[in-house]
Amino acid sequence: MRRVRVIPVLQIENRKLVKTTGFESPSYVGDPLNALRILNDKQVDEVAVVDIGVTRNKKSPDLDFICQLAGECFMPMAYGGGISSVEQASDIFQAGIEKIIIGTSFYKTPALVEDISRKFGSQSVMISVDVRQNWLGKQKVFVNSGLTATGYNPVAYAVMAQVAGAGELLLQSIDREGSFEGYDLALIEKVSKSVHIPVVPLGGANSISDFLKAIQAGASGLAAGNFFVYKGPHRAVLISYPDQQTLVEKLYTKIE
Amino acid sequence: MITIIDYGVGNLASVQNMLRKCGVSSQVSKDPKEIARAPKLILPGVGAFDSAMHKIDELGLRSVIGEAATNGTFILGICLGAQLLLDGSEEGNLSGLSLIKGKCRRFDEQLIAPLSIPHMGWSDVVFVSDSHPLAKFEQAEPRFYFTHSYCLSCDNPENVLATSRYGIEFTCGIASQNVFGVQFHPEKSHSFGAQLLINFARI
Repeated sequence: MRRVRVIPVLQIENRKLVKTTGFESPSYVGDPLNALRILNDKQVDEVAVVDIGVTRNKKSPDLDFICQLAGECFMPMAYGGGISSVEQASDIFQAGIEKIIIGTSFYKTPALVEDISRKFGSQSVMISVDVRQNWLGKQKVFVNSGLTATGYNPVAYAVMAQVAGAGELLLQSIDREGSFEGYDLALIEKVSKSVHIPVVPLGGANSISDFLKAIQAGASGLAAGNFFVYKGPHRAVLISYPDQQTLVEKLYTKIE
Repeated sequence: MITIIDYGVGNLASVQNMLRKCGVSSQVSKDPKEIARAPKLILPGVGAFDSAMHKIDELGLRSVIGEAATNGTFILGICLGAQLLLDGSEEGNLSGLSLIKGKCRRFDEQLIAPLSIPHMGWSDVVFVSDSHPLAKFEQAEPRFYFTHSYCLSCDNPENVLATSRYGIEFTCGIASQNVFGVQFHPEKSHSFGAQLLINFARI
């Protein structure tokens, strides 16, 4: 039996837990520290925290709060949002965070990823590849919270990220974010075939069967936001995580 | 009291954080005198083998750790810190601390295919002997978080403490008397990691 990582992604803004749909209209859903404590109790594989506020407002990472978050985490944690220098990355690692997620900064200064990867190891750098259909119906990579088009297609961009020293890719479908329509399997397949580093999809997961389909399409791990934050037909806020037995029966034992 | 060796490599904050949660007191030190008289040492580590050994040498800690081991100090190496306990690694040229005979070897890509390097994620761990003080777990089927490309490989099978699987079976825990090493990250492995650290603290 092989375990694959199932990773809740928490979005924060001004130290509050929020949730967006299609990268827009963040709604307040709770306290991030409390959410992490719940995820600890549920023994989640790994957690990612993305500060959408700092990117939007072009601020530096909130190091003091990152330290508080790290203090609550007894599982591996990735942090993303506003990282634009090696020093910032170093401070975040010192705080007890294993991995950083880099989005916009990789597009602006690819050398930053090379520097961080060389200094701290590629396993510590995840590059976010945010994909959206443009008005011609072509899938392109966007940065800056989905506002800026890079013109790159996802495969070319993923290969560039790998060459720069990314240890893994967070492959995010902006169109599916918050949609509960399932992952973009064609996108996962295309990208994971073109790189050898792990591809972790995000956006659209609605069930464990979506997780299984994503692994079969080539994903190495699985990330989701709303799936772990909302429950039931009325989308009530309830932090949840599948229990071990369910994961073993419906996911791990079904994977080759 | 556990002394965590600070040689500028690795995530000390996480280890301290988990020990605090476990109710185990700890301090961080790079001072050879403090390390020499510590009753228990943790050697953490993340990154490349040679750069870690280089820093240990720079701080004059190679002989200090070696003597501590000879004097019966309990030592736990974590991740790269476990690899450093061996004689060397395929990853580098410098010699390790040679507290346990063996060498680190890179995962064989062909043997683990279609899986890829690094091994990153959770895996079930089997302890070879239930009677080892580190191997006492209240929960069945302990699992731990790994992130590595190189594996521990002991010359003497008696030094194998635990194994895991990633395409192939590999050694993930080593032990020789008072010296132990684990390839996984107990500080990031929830209640399983907490239990292992408590076991180490209780020896």
